[in-house]
Amino acid sequence: MTALADPPSHQFQVDANRTSSDTPRRAAVRRALSNYQTARDRTGATFTDWKSARAAAATIKHEAVNHLDQYLEEFEKKFTARGGKVFWASDSKQARDYILNLAEAKGVRSIVKSKAMTGEEIHLNQALLAKGYGVVESDLGEYIQQLKGEAPYHFVFPCMHLRRDEISDLFEKELGTAKTDSPEELTMIARRVLRRAYIEADMGISGGNFIVAETGMISITENEGNARLTVGLPKIHVALIGIEKVVPRLGDLALFLPMLATAGTGQHLTGYNSMYGGPRQPGEIDGPDEFHVVFLDNHRTRLLADPEQRDALHCIRCGACLNVCPIFKNIGGHTYGTTYQGPIGSVITPHFRGLEDWKHLSGASSLCGACTETCPVGIDIHHHLLHNRRNAAAQKPAAGEQFLWKAFAFLMKRPALYKFATKFAPLGSLLHPLIERTMVDPVRSWTDTREFPQAPLHSFRAQFKAHQRAKTSATSNGGAQ
Amino acid sequence: MRVTLFVPCFIDSLYPNVGMAMVHVLERLGHTVEFPENQTCCGQPPFNSGYWDEARAVASKQIAVFKDAEIILSGSGSCGAMFKVFYPELFHGQPMEAEAKAIAAKTWEFSEFLVNKLGVTDLGARFEGRATFHDGCHGLRELGTKLAPRELLKHVKGLELIEMGEAETCCGFGGTFAVKYPQISTAMAEVKCNSIQETKADYVISNDSSCLMQIGGWLNRNVGSVKCLHLAEVLASR
Ligand code: SF4
Repeated sequence: MTALADPPSHQFQVDANRTSSDTPRRAAVRRALSNYQTARDRTGATFTDWKSARAAAATIKHEAVNHLDQYLEEFEKKFTARGGKVFWASDSKQARDYILNLAEAKGVRSIVKSKAMTGEEIHLNQALLAKGYGVVESDLGEYIQQLKGEAPYHFVFPCMHLRRDEISDLFEKELGTAKTDSPEELTMIARRVLRRAYIEADMGISGGNFIVAETGMISITENEGNARLTVGLPKIHVALIGIEKVVPRLGDLALFLPMLATAGTGQHLTGYNSMYGGPRQPGEIDGPDEFHVVFLDNHRTRLLADPEQRDALHCIRCGACLNVCPIFKNIGGHTYGTTYQGPIGSVITPHFRGLEDWKHLSGASSLCGACTETCPVGIDIHHHLLHNRRNAAAQKPAAGEQFLWKAFAFLMKRPALYKFATKFAPLGSLLHPLIERTMVDPVRSWTDTREFPQAPLHSFRAQFKAHQRAKTSATSNGGAQ
Repeated sequence: MRVTLFVPCFIDSLYPNVGMAMVHVLERLGHTVEFPENQTCCGQPPFNSGYWDEARAVASKQIAVFKDAEIILSGSGSCGAMFKVFYPELFHGQPMEAEAKAIAAKTWEFSEFLVNKLGVTDLGARFEGRATFHDGCHGLRELGTKLAPRELLKHVKGLELIEMGEAETCCGFGGTFAVKYPQISTAMAEVKCNSIQETKADYVISNDSSCLMQIGGWLNRNVGSVKCLHLAEVLASR
């Protein structure tokens, strides 16, 4: 992690310099994501009508997010009736403290954790480790990242940037296993470690993909079965979930589960889809004795209060917007320096962690709109980047930049002055080679890597005028040519 | 029909042939082309940078200039999107909202206008060569232009059109983004241009000159052999 003294915007530029010139890594990420695209296109095509599925999903999430209080309370009532406990955490500290206190009160020693970006968001692992608890990530990708001491690279594919040999080397170094090139063997190595972790753990921690209000259950969807073991084996379970994950009805999952799988990984359905309604009930043979749900606000209500960008809370964290984002593909996930990478991360991070410090992410976009086009729940992602830029300029205009745009507007409001200025373009083109790519080149950040076009002698204005003149004289000469 | 051209600042100074090609194509079809001298910039640069007051100051001038136009035609999908999609948003709840919406309603992107308004696909153009087409993002995703340029190119005699793998991938221009984050912008240009080169095309055609400035800028520095052309230039050639 970079020291706080380095502002995130500077860290971003530095990391982007490094990652955008890492050709092999960029190529590998692109390859992986093009495989994703192929799978996704194939699965997406099996929907009778993806467009209306999308519209339906947006409508349901709109309903849920706009009645958040009502649906969350409905969940709480049903869930606590079965003996579950609900804690409402307004920020990360409250969420961490609740989990730490619980662990202490119950004499917990080791914890197994399945994938939860909310855990990353509140820096849960660091807090638990600092108090001396053993914590093991049970999702294979997350486990690899934990061994590596690195944050997830992508919130759905945590270690997608690593090559197989890098993973094998990591296992060799950290676990003392023999080198291997077989994905199955690598999985088996991790599985051996993880099996032990499930059995030893006295607390399991998970996230949750959907909160179902109607039945008071949480839905977890995964491919490895690790979340099932994480919830099912330890005596105490804690699910840490963002409040926006709610859907009104159980039936809504009939749409959302295949949709999340399709958009997220290109699968029809993920391998394991489970519903959890609380602790083990009398007569049941498995499940935890205690089941806690920690609902995390952590500034989500700030986003809720913004009618323009509220739809960002519809996000089902499928990761599709990252997968199609040309910025993500070229700079990778770590460059963002955020819990949530990619386009949706650039939209929500300023709301979660402050616009001033994180506005650069909204600036670092060509606004191509591939994210919005792909988002299964129809979030207006790239326009929100534009809105963040507007809000940032209004909140605290950058002195130099504001002056520049005022001068720009001054010129563009005065056609005569503008025409006069453009007359110098050909001259500028003529003189430009003298200073090109030097310190005084005003377009150096362009010319360092790209040619700047030459301005022809006659502008369009001039040519059009000449063309009109020629036409009039042709007609006054009787149209003869 | 009376067609009023919006020729953005960079086409005016850097790519005048693109504007002239549009004039030729339209005149050959029998339309009257106008170019109001007092137009300057659509206001997109300050708009995209978040300075909406300054953008409105510039945009309101253009709204006044184009008030009486019958059809506003833009040679750049990006500036076209500014008129058509972003003016209504920029002036939402402002005194000039109705005028902004009126401008939006009569603005057309060049290829959409030919194919969907005039119903013309064959312009009798002839152009020898192997080419690939780049979809400018604003044209593609803000205006929904995908098929019209291809329809037009299909009818150009002598032209062989090969789709590239990354046709819909952004070239990395993005206005001020290209100079604020030159490293990312250039990496994106490289991906785009590699895809162009894979088609072995001699020409890359687009309906947006701003993308072509980026693509051409990278190609001319690194490759040199692939040429950039605006759709209008191809359609005007005989
Ligand atoms: S914003 Fe949309 S595409 Fe991106 S992760 Fe969320 S749901 Fe998926």
